[in-house]
Amino acid sequence: MPDTLTKFIFGRLTLDSLPLHEPIVVATFVAVALGGIALLGAITYFKLWTYLWREWFTSVDHKKIGIMYMVLGLVMLLRGFSDAIMMRLQQAIAFNGSEGYLNSHHYDQIFTAHGVIMIFFVAMPFVTGLMNFVVPLQIGARDVSFPFLNNFSFWMTVGGAILVMASLFVGEFARTGWLAYPPLSGIGYSPDVGVDYYIWALQVAGVGTTLSGINLICTIIKMRAPGMTMMRMPVFTWTSLCTNVLIVASFPVLTAVLSLLALDRYVGTNFFTNDFGGNPMMYVNLIWIWGHPEVYILILPLFGVFSEVTSTFSGKRLFGYTSMVYATVVITILSYLVWLHHFFTMGSGASVNSFFGITTMIISIPTGAKIFNWLFTMYRGRIRFELPMMWTIAFMLTFVVGGMTGVLLAVPPADFVLHNSLFLIAHFHNVIIGGVLFGLFAGIAYWWPKAFGFKLDPFWGKVSFWCWVVGFWFAFMPLYILGLMGVTRRMRVFDDPSLQIWFVIAAFGAVLIAAGIAAFLIQIVVSIRKREALTDPTGDPWDGRTLEWSTSSPPPAYNFAFTPVVRDNDAWWDMKKAGYARPLSGFKPIHMPSNTGTGVVLAAFSVALGFGLIWYIWWLAALSFVCLIATAIGHTFNYHRDFHIPAAEVTQTEEARTTLLAAQG
Amino acid sequence: MASSVTTAGTGPVFHLEEEHAHAEGSSTMLGFWLYLMSDCLIFAMLFAAYGVLGGNYAAGPAPKDLFDLDLVAVNTTMLLFSSITYGFAMLTMDKGRVAATQAWLAVTGLFGLAFLSIELYEFAHMIHEGATPQRSAFLSSFFTLVGTHGLHVTFGTVWLVTLMTQVARFGLTEANRRRLMCLSMFWHFLDVVWIGVFTFVYLMGMLR
Repeated sequence: MPDTLTKFIFGRLTLDSLPLHEPIVVATFVAVALGGIALLGAITYFKLWTYLWREWFTSVDHKKIGIMYMVLGLVMLLRGFSDAIMMRLQQAIAFNGSEGYLNSHHYDQIFTAHGVIMIFFVAMPFVTGLMNFVVPLQIGARDVSFPFLNNFSFWMTVGGAILVMASLFVGEFARTGWLAYPPLSGIGYSPDVGVDYYIWALQVAGVGTTLSGINLICTIIKMRAPGMTMMRMPVFTWTSLCTNVLIVASFPVLTAVLSLLALDRYVGTNFFTNDFGGNPMMYVNLIWIWGHPEVYILILPLFGVFSEVTSTFSGKRLFGYTSMVYATVVITILSYLVWLHHFFTMGSGASVNSFFGITTMIISIPTGAKIFNWLFTMYRGRIRFELPMMWTIAFMLTFVVGGMTGVLLAVPPADFVLHNSLFLIAHFHNVIIGGVLFGLFAGIAYWWPKAFGFKLDPFWGKVSFWCWVVGFWFAFMPLYILGLMGVTRRMRVFDDPSLQIWFVIAAFGAVLIAAGIAAFLIQIVVSIRKREALTDPTGDPWDGRTLEWSTSSPPPAYNFAFTPVVRDNDAWWDMKKAGYARPLSGFKPIHMPSNTGTGVVLAAFSVALGFGLIWYIWWLAALSFVCLIATAIGHTFNYHRDFHIPAAEVTQTEEARTTLLAAQG
Repeated sequence: MASSVTTAGTGPVFHLEEEHAHAEGSSTMLGFWLYLMSDCLIFAMLFAAYGVLGGNYAAGPAPKDLFDLDLVAVNTTMLLFSSITYGFAMLTMDKGRVAATQAWLAVTGLFGLAFLSIELYEFAHMIHEGATPQRSAFLSSFFTLVGTHGLHVTFGTVWLVTLMTQVARFGLTEANRRRLMCLSMFWHFLDVVWIGVFTFVYLMGMLR
């Protein structure tokens, strides 16, 4: 009888679920727990809880939410990178009969978690955070269309991240690879909680991503300042628009396909099973119909960052604005017509493969047009080699190589040789690190002064830059070579000792990248400590061109005291040239949304719901589901969601800035 | 726009002196449309799954053995009627008649419940005959597609009751009208999806 009771209360969660037999995990847990206790203790000691709750967690300010997304991305980057360097070490030593230091059960979880975390909980929060922070400022708006939804979306993303992190210490993560193909991910071959952690983490985070996509589309369509026609939008706003269209048009597919996989696992349906008429191949098709647009969701906003950076630091209007916009839109559309190139070898036949091979190659045309536009923008420009520009140039050199190996993989006969090899791994790390990550570092260095009012320290930035760039080439060029030699991905041990040297070189590259990450963290700490010396009171440290540089750094809660009127593509540049003078009087009360803690509560119930479903704790799942719905309904009974910042407060804020600017002379 | 832009002297205008009117909820309709389209994609995936798996009976029952077109016709009628009565609710809302709006919303809700009851009866009957979701890929995709639609109607009904409570307490305010408009779009959207289900699953299923 007590046994049934325990089962009822804890589902399939037992003491054996804790990975106490894995010393590496236990050590990690101890480290994380000590660090966590220290952090929580510090917050309590300095009495920061009220401040954090009031000013950050419940904030509906798009700037603060943007910054919180970036913090989440950074924290998860450390986790994702730990997985990466563990794999590099394992592969570098597992030769000549050595088993390395990771058993296969653990190793398979690591490569799955690395992929899932890097895509969903590093790249996505970084990209969403950047868009959240920058887009409303660039279009002269005071916030996004749905500020509460924005807060809720962020906390759902955190909720997904919490579930993934929980899997490290309670139970296990999937051992299926980052897309969890059935039948391996079916209940028959993966009866444990790993795949369930995967499913519910992504479902919870996916809700947030979809809603944030809808939010930003509405913001860009509806909230632009007067005079900003579509073809006067900054390129970053354009690429954000296309990205969010992709999000809204692809994440529901992921939601649907993961729901079907969940039904197969929980209810015993036969969507992706091998018997009773199921079709595992359908899963592969459906998940890549989401998966391919996803890679463009990641890269497009960074193309926008590079456009802003190149134009600003060359002191020139962007070359070929119109072609840049059309190239972005064409990529958006084409990204839906290429998904099958992820599985040329799975028997679709020559005609289908040819179609998808050709559409894939066509994507390189608009992408190439972009590269040329950036080059022509630099041509005869007065280029300032500040940190964001350095990242941009490193991107152009690195990404082009990744693009070319991509075209190579797009040729179906070549793909039959290279499919599932380390060549593929090298290719997509080449474009994701060389494109997405380099772009994020460019964007962080570029907009940091806007967010905090002081620049990042250039010395440590350059240390980080060189470690990252050189480290990338050391880490991934060997994988191209190994891939061409036929080494497949996700291997734990190797028989052929002649391969070892390449894995050692790759591991050396990973160590350099670790140094790059460390230097980046040091850069942030050093910059905060030297903020007086690095301060930028003007709000326009780079001689910028777009509207975000027209307001103070950090911008006031209302962004702009008066809504700007746009007359040209580079609105702020135009204002500076036309003799713009800051308005000093006549401030009016400003209508703003109020903070709310509902987003945090809803996300917390979602995590509890996910946890209940993962461990078969049905009472917890049912209870949190009911609470979730009740809280959501309760929230709709609150009709007072906004307030006015009084004119006196606006005047005070603006006068403080006037004094500050006057002090500059 | 020109009228709201002040032209101080003859110099260029860089900002609005008066607050640029972003009326509260001005993006809501667009946002809700976008949500509906994302939901539509989920249904598109379920239709696609049914299209792929709908013929995989795994030596189990086929549509002809299971579907009762008369019952489905009655059910379809219930849902279509509920859409019409929702339309009437919106017309009375436009005239600001609270009681009539509430009455039509209540009728809509009852039609919705009738639809759900018939659907549940149909499901129970099929499961009783051994045609469970686990029996074959055809049945898995059938129950998931039709059941997801049913879950949406259930959710819509809960939402309807919530809105009726809010209209009763706060009247036909601007915010409540906007919410009723959103639910209206949701309800009609489910109607359109059902027409797809009726045609693609039931009618074409009988032809297989």
